[in-house]
Amino acid sequence: MSVTIQIPTPLRRFTGDQGDVVVEGTTVGEAMQDLTRRHPALQRHLYTDDGALRSFVNLFLNDEDVRHLQKEATPVAAGDTLSIIPSIAGGAGSAL
Amino acid sequence: MSVPADLPQLSPAEIRHYSRHLIMPEVGTAGQRKLKAAKVLTVGAGGLGSPLGLYLAAAGVGTLGMVDFDVVDESNLHRQVLFGRSSVGRPKIQAATDRLRDLNPHIKIVPHELRLDSSNALELFRDYDIVVDGTDNFQTRYLVNDACVLLGKPNVYGSIFRFEGQVSIFWGARGPCYRCLFPEPPPPGLVPSCAEGGVLGVLPGIIGSLQANEVIKLIVGVGDPMIGRLLLFDALKMKFRELKLRKDPGCPICSEHPTQTGLIDYDQFCGIEPHAETVEAAFEISTPQLKAWMDEGRPLTVLDVRNPQEWEICRIEGSTLIPLPELQDRLGELDPASTIVTLCHSGMRSARAVNFLRQMGYSRAINLAGGINAWSLQVDPSVPMY
Repeated sequence: MSVTIQIPTPLRRFTGDQGDVVVEGTTVGEAMQDLTRRHPALQRHLYTDDGALRSFVNLFLNDEDVRHLQKEATPVAAGDTLSIIPSIAGGAGSAL
Repeated sequence: MSVPADLPQLSPAEIRHYSRHLIMPEVGTAGQRKLKAAKVLTVGAGGLGSPLGLYLAAAGVGTLGMVDFDVVDESNLHRQVLFGRSSVGRPKIQAATDRLRDLNPHIKIVPHELRLDSSNALELFRDYDIVVDGTDNFQTRYLVNDACVLLGKPNVYGSIFRFEGQVSIFWGARGPCYRCLFPEPPPPGLVPSCAEGGVLGVLPGIIGSLQANEVIKLIVGVGDPMIGRLLLFDALKMKFRELKLRKDPGCPICSEHPTQTGLIDYDQFCGIEPHAETVEAAFEISTPQLKAWMDEGRPLTVLDVRNPQEWEICRIEGSTLIPLPELQDRLGELDPASTIVTLCHSGMRSARAVNFLRQMGYSRAINLAGGINAWSLQVDPSVPMY
């Protein structure tokens, strides 16, 4: 089952600047695992050392937050879009 | 939002100023009088605060408060269109107040030149109907959210990063709040700030204008406010997307049984150390010291941990570039036995790098205090400052 994962700008440096990555899987969790298999540098940004999805990583299947579906067990259908929604603070920020 | 029964009248001068609003059926005289009666607070007078301030003042929001404590810097001017060259060095709040009073003398501009924190937010917000979040850091975003939830006020949210923006209205009394979407902030250092990551100058113009639009709709009571919806904007793809947001039944602050009933320490919540990242003095050298070492021909690796785009602007001759986010994966390129001097823009990211390298056994890693800016000031003025 091919689904597209949308990678937010802050994480694109770990996907070779790809914004959309096509992966295989039947659930949200499987699709995400396939993503980190293809781009291992993403692993520690998305998952804890224990393999749990980090609490600040927000996943939306099409336009729904997977936390309100079946989380990582949510089934995906061919052509679905899974989006990683970044927490961005933006604005100016003092010079670092 | 409650609208006072006795809406203020419009003067002939106001009628001239707002005539293009007044002839629209969706606004009309009643809508304009609601705008005049409204009290809106924008938190931040920067990239988002600029279009917010300009459009809300122009539109006739009767009481417009602005909070900021910063001073206008040259590097603000590519996006903070409230300010001009004559504003550089002035407190943003003062420059903004002058600009907005010139734009619309019929409204009351209320300058709050202060740093918003848990001790003043509730008192400050209490006097306003709507709060607009134009801040630039996670601590203040959680603070603004929580204060709005506790007071039952709408929080018109906008956020930007490079080419991406987000807009929503978080209103605990009528829908989800910021914490329902983002229960926890990312750890410090994971998401670069605009000072590190940059931002397209026009992006805050777009996102701040969308926030202003939502504010005006809320006040006038027209259209579909963005409660329970998150708008995502991608300036490169030129695409808007919308996601559904739901109230988290376990939300610590806006759910039916909140576990948090007051404001908290947001630096702690966001994992911010009280004094940014520091390295022990023994693990730090000054730029003249580094110059002396280099002149002596001492064997050392000068490790620049900035981003490649910053490296393009300027660099120290002979330095090696490994951007901080890649350091962990590229450790193999460094010799643990060598002296490694880390540097960045002003010494913060390189301090993180030194602490990390020392943890990993690179016991001769030291930080260049003040970064390449200090190098430019104290050693080599031909290196441009940015």
